[in-house]
Amino acid sequence: MNDNIAIKVDHLSKTFTNQKAVDNVSFTVKEGEIFGLLGPNGAGKTTLLRMITTLLKPTDGTVTVFGHDIEKDDKLARSTFGVTGQYASVDEDLSAKENLMIFSRLNGFSKKSSLARTDELLKEFSLENSADKSIKEFSGGMRRRLDLAISLITRPALIFLDEPTTGLDPRTRSQMWDTIRSLVKQGSTIFLTTQYLEEADKLANRVAVIDHGKLIKIGTPDQLKHDTGESTLSLKVLDDNSIHQAAEILQIELNSKPQIINNTIIVKFKNSEQAIKGLFQLKNSKINISDLIIQEPSLDDAFMALTVGKN
Amino acid sequence: MEIKKNSVNVIQNIITMTYRNLLKTFHNPDQLMDVLIQPIVFMILFGYLFGGAISGGVHAYLPIIVPGILVQTILSAASGSGTQIREDMETGIFDRFKSLPIAHVAPLAGQLLADILRLITATIASLTTGYFMGWRPNVNFGWIIVITLLAIFIGWAISWIYALIGLLAKSATMVESISLMTMLLLSFLSNAFIPIHTLPRILQVIANLNPITYVITAIRQILATGTFPNTAWIVLLFGVGIILIFAPLTVWAYDRQR
Repeated sequence: MNDNIAIKVDHLSKTFTNQKAVDNVSFTVKEGEIFGLLGPNGAGKTTLLRMITTLLKPTDGTVTVFGHDIEKDDKLARSTFGVTGQYASVDEDLSAKENLMIFSRLNGFSKKSSLARTDELLKEFSLENSADKSIKEFSGGMRRRLDLAISLITRPALIFLDEPTTGLDPRTRSQMWDTIRSLVKQGSTIFLTTQYLEEADKLANRVAVIDHGKLIKIGTPDQLKHDTGESTLSLKVLDDNSIHQAAEILQIELNSKPQIINNTIIVKFKNSEQAIKGLFQLKNSKINISDLIIQEPSLDDAFMALTVGKN
Repeated sequence: MEIKKNSVNVIQNIITMTYRNLLKTFHNPDQLMDVLIQPIVFMILFGYLFGGAISGGVHAYLPIIVPGILVQTILSAASGSGTQIREDMETGIFDRFKSLPIAHVAPLAGQLLADILRLITATIASLTTGYFMGWRPNVNFGWIIVITLLAIFIGWAISWIYALIGLLAKSATMVESISLMTMLLLSFLSNAFIPIHTLPRILQVIANLNPITYVITAIRQILATGTFPNTAWIVLLFGVGIILIFAPLTVWAYDRQR
């Protein structure tokens, strides 16, 4: 990863008839990183992606891709990236090989180099054995692989993936993740949208969370977890009589209201120093505890805290 | 990583897109069934139903109905372009084409050029059925080629109109019903099957304004006289006019979708 900028989104907005789908969003994507756009259904992820990839005209604001303005130099901008849509958009009536051949030709390859590139990609995405089969017989995973292969024909420096694993089974999903990681190793920049927190957490170097068209937070997955999520401390008090005393101590030290279930106390906290002090105070007050669990915040917590969703 | 600069070659793109659409048809030859079966069924049905009433016999009716059915089938074939384009839009493949550094006219032109295959099928099916029913025009074969080319050219021009409808309509179903309605109205409110003077006054006016009437008249005149009459030149100009107006409009509608 270096500090060169791949995508610069500047005060971007899109208004449909009476609804702001994307509302004044700005961010940059660095070359060589995996940038994840995370948000609930209907948050504006796809609208944002369609604008950056020149498929949708912005109402307001600008986007540059490797320095090319997507409105003024749309052709030049388009030649730098590959797009894989939300639903694999491959030609249903054609075979995998024909699909790759046609898109190679459309990308300006000669007949000979189209053939060579097609064979290369079929091998890379383990589709050689189904090369001449009609796409109608393909499984969901195979379609996605072919779709991605088509986006990679020109070896683009930047690849857009719109929900690349939605609807895939766990095995195919982790295969897809491996493929995406290997692309980055080869030097590509990846911009992906996802509604899966796990995917953002495992894949992305940086995540932007959007909701109702607004950019809510941007940072590494760890930053997001720690900035917004809270850790959880849970412990059992051995002596039933001192449970309320213990809860009081924790409330003061951790500055958060504990929950008591039977003889277990659960309390959220932000600062681990406070947690250590709280435990220390319990020991000083001679309250014996067991089953101590400290849980780090998850991206789920951060996501829930940040977004409201359409419903 | 090196970014490949793709030399944009519009003609090459259009050829590739045409190849793509032809491949689709070859993989699903049933897409041609409508333009193959429709003229056969209509020719036999109308020939034997109306032949006696209008011309006193099937044989005498054939010089009237063969050009009529030919143009009707051409209209039908042309309207298929709209449906095809609509379907491509709905599968999302057009988004992919748009995200490529290719000329915007290429996907549309490729579709329409490949649709010439439908127009050829429609023409051959119509004329062959006529031949089997006893239609023997009194001109040499060269003139048959001339009317074939004229019909295909007009059909191709009209398919740009349907392509525009395909891009603007809200759904594939809507495209299909518009196509069917216009095909029926244009072919029946013309001189395709009946002499216009037998119609009520208002319908006569409409039929005389219907451009399809001129196409059919031109074809009949060529087949009857073995010359290229003025009507045929008008029809040719009419076709060029449609293309000049609707090709840019269609490309505009395609671009507007963002």
